[in-house]
Amino acid sequence: MAHPAILQPDPAVMSRRDEILKQLKKRVPDTVFITDEEGRRTFETDALTAYRCMPLAVALPGSTEAVSAIMAYCWENDIKVVARGAGTSLSGGALPSEDSIVVCISRMNRMLKIDEDNRVAQVESGITNLAISQAVAPRGFFYAPDPSSQLACTLAGNIAMNSGGAHCLKYGVTVNNILGLKLVLVNGEVIELGGDYLDQPGYDLMGLMVGSEGQLAIVTEATVRIIKMPEIARPMLLGFPSSEAAGACVAAIIGAGIVPVAIEFMDKPAIHVCENFANAGYPLDVEAILIVEVEGSEEEVALLLERIAEIAEDHELQHKRISQSAEESAAIWKGRKSAFGAIGQLSDYFCMDGVIPLSRLPEALLRVAELCRAYGFDVANIFHAGDGNLHPLILYNANEEDELARAEACGAEILKVCVELGGCLTGEHGVGIEKRDLMPFQYTEADLVQMMRVKSVFDPDWQLNPAKVFPLSARELL
Amino acid sequence: MQPRFHAPETVEDLADLLLGYAQEGLPVEVRGLGSKLGYGRPVQTAAVVSTEKFDEITLYEPSELVLSAGSGTPLAKIEKLLDENGQQLAFEPFDLPPVLGGKPGEGSIGGVFATGLSGSRRVLSGAARDHILGVKAVNGRGEAFKAGGRVMKNVTGYDLSKLLTGSCGTLSVLTEITMKVLPKPEQSSTLLFFDVPEAAAIELLCKAMGSPFEVSGAAHLQPGLAAGLSDKPLRERAESVTALRVEGFEGAVRYRAAKLKQKFAAFSDLTELSGDRSRRFWSDIRQVRPLQSAGRPLWRISTAPSRAADLVAALRHTIDLKALYDWSGGQIWLETGATSDANAVELRRILADFGGYATLVRAEPGIRASADVFQPLEMRLMEITRALKASFDPAGILNPGRMYSGV
Ligand SMILES: Cc1cc2nc3c(=O)[nH]c(=O)nc-3n(C[C@H](O)[C@H](O)[C@H](O)COP(=O)(O)OP(=O)(O)OC[C@H]3O[C@@H](n4cnc5c(N)ncnc54)[C@H](O)[C@@H]3O)c2cc1C
Repeated sequence: MAHPAILQPDPAVMSRRDEILKQLKKRVPDTVFITDEEGRRTFETDALTAYRCMPLAVALPGSTEAVSAIMAYCWENDIKVVARGAGTSLSGGALPSEDSIVVCISRMNRMLKIDEDNRVAQVESGITNLAISQAVAPRGFFYAPDPSSQLACTLAGNIAMNSGGAHCLKYGVTVNNILGLKLVLVNGEVIELGGDYLDQPGYDLMGLMVGSEGQLAIVTEATVRIIKMPEIARPMLLGFPSSEAAGACVAAIIGAGIVPVAIEFMDKPAIHVCENFANAGYPLDVEAILIVEVEGSEEEVALLLERIAEIAEDHELQHKRISQSAEESAAIWKGRKSAFGAIGQLSDYFCMDGVIPLSRLPEALLRVAELCRAYGFDVANIFHAGDGNLHPLILYNANEEDELARAEACGAEILKVCVELGGCLTGEHGVGIEKRDLMPFQYTEADLVQMMRVKSVFDPDWQLNPAKVFPLSARELL
Repeated sequence: MQPRFHAPETVEDLADLLLGYAQEGLPVEVRGLGSKLGYGRPVQTAAVVSTEKFDEITLYEPSELVLSAGSGTPLAKIEKLLDENGQQLAFEPFDLPPVLGGKPGEGSIGGVFATGLSGSRRVLSGAARDHILGVKAVNGRGEAFKAGGRVMKNVTGYDLSKLLTGSCGTLSVLTEITMKVLPKPEQSSTLLFFDVPEAAAIELLCKAMGSPFEVSGAAHLQPGLAAGLSDKPLRERAESVTALRVEGFEGAVRYRAAKLKQKFAAFSDLTELSGDRSRRFWSDIRQVRPLQSAGRPLWRISTAPSRAADLVAALRHTIDLKALYDWSGGQIWLETGATSDANAVELRRILADFGGYATLVRAEPGIRASADVFQPLEMRLMEITRALKASFDPAGILNPGRMYSGV
């Protein structure tokens, strides 16, 4: 099996395994430890299942104090730590190393406080993304960032990856919706940033923490913004005879001064799989669809949908359907949100996450198609069109010798195209282990060195989530 | 002695210059167009480095909602170009210069992001840091680097752009900034409620923010402050003024304003401003026009809206003050009586019971040199702040002491 290079496990840690586990159990009572082979197997991979590695042990702490005690012990004993939420990372972000303790935050999943006046909720970070919205829904509020994995993924994972979702075009991604954090530093010290107000004094450490992929600190609690639900939210399906026409339509909508809540794109292969899976009512005779959602009052929604449809008419619109009921809206979104799962039932896939400037969309799609053809893979495209965040899914067969390695190579070429077109390697899934070695295509040595210096401020010995984000050789540049 | 003035024309020249100063261990003052020099602790240096020559708009793609500009580009030039294309900076950059004795709208885009202060629309659309997509900069080692990029979503590596936003030139000299821009709303409408008592007014603002009507401005002016507005009829009003703004397409604005009126029908003394009158009102708030008595210190407090009115009431016991609330009460502008420390110790002592932090935005240089202008940080956070400073600027040459002593 293909594997990105890993660091050699620390022999001093490996040989003391029994002693370490004994000490940890003694020092940190209110924690579940998983040490047997069978139990640890659950944690050997995340949603990037191609990569696997058994950790030394797994800790499931129940409180910030317990996390702090684990971190203090690991600090004193030079043991690496990999933080984990639900393990839905698509970039191998939660992949353990052999000599690391996995600190899995999922038991810490309580809603601590809902504050309607200040429109915030305070939670333990192991709470799932959807559970936050569910807890505030009876009061008419929701938590905006909505990754498709929201049923399973934790807020901690969202914070570490700065996750996005379909509705981020209007409401922003995770970083725009976090106001406070409780963090455990690598040596076990606990710090708090921000709170229930809109900004914090001094440097924007919150902005730095969000998206730092578990490499700077462990998040145990957060204060998030909650937003009042709109009066009405309504999606519209638009079908086009080509991906180019759909792409041009997106640019025209935004150019006309309309920023919908969401603009999602699917190409023909994706449409067929999702329709088959979810019976969402997607048209099957078009090359591409857009799901455009708008919000507001009845009158406003009707007006916006009309304006958008008019724009689409100028782009070879082939099919138009406005949702007529809550059920229909739910079905339209279910198709989109279950896309990865539906495709996963048919084939192994490798999900790319590159971003491109919107004006380069036709060119990007063309080059993705060419690359996949050259490598002999089918590809399905599903993505957040409003912000140019592409998700080409490369379909491969894990049982065929070589296919994973070739799929990885094809994926790398696609991401390089994104960078070449003025975009970036990852819009929401994170660098993890998957894209670590591609970082020099986007960043110069000086760019990477400045980031790594910042890492060293928080984690001087590089014990947190090792071997991720930066190429292994890069540390020597420091 | 006059400090030596440098205005490098290229990033390479800037990098060489800073490398030279770093090797000699000589501090430099970093500035854009100099409109915000009175913000922060005074910096005394042998040299000044200005970004004024980095003054070009290098990229503007209206349909991609993105603009890049050299850090020394005048904000006014950017806002004019955006306006011509029906777009704007949605975070409504706070107009600091008039507060410090300058003219409205002065200053560079670099200064806007280096101070990181946002205007009234922050409550709906996010802050300056939420609109930065990428930067190019030179650190205190004379190394040119970039962070982020020009696309709307980007989680490739750590978000150093956000770290640099609001760092007041103490970590790096920004040379180019790429930002997200948004369509300018077609219509703007403001509901003004008069004579609502302070606590009830903040409650009204919070209720409005918690409605689905997309309120994009929520402010309260204490009695007497309306006299400082530019709108003539409003200047006559001696009572307190509570303001809600809605923006967007014409029909939507009309609908939302009507809904809000209905919701707050109990408050009967009410006026609606629309179009330019509405815009002028918020442009006054954007520069806290009613609080521009040069001799009096000006504070900015960030706290939770629900505690704002009680906090101001507590402060009033011992401090002579006038308050203008923005962000639904979450941002309080306080003009206080002049004392030897601009009330810093007393104000922060009381604030500690409420949560939040305070920045001294306007005061005599002598006071800004001796009092804590920026909120003192807890010990561990201060250590992290110093270590971050050292990671960008180990010789400590960039704007030393502008935010905190030793940073
Ligand atoms: C079907 C599917 C659909 C998806 N859709 C989306 C989508 O629409 N948008 C999107 O952005 N992502 C999406 N993802 C990716 C993934 O769900 C997100 O990255 C998510 O935020 C990961 O959360 P998690 O709890 O599973 O974290 P994990 O996978 O467990 O960990 C992710 C990262 O977070 C770090 N981490 C975990 N807990 C902590 C902590 N307490 N402190 C510090 N660091 C921590 C880990 O070390 C790791 O680097 C999808 C994934 C799948 C499988």
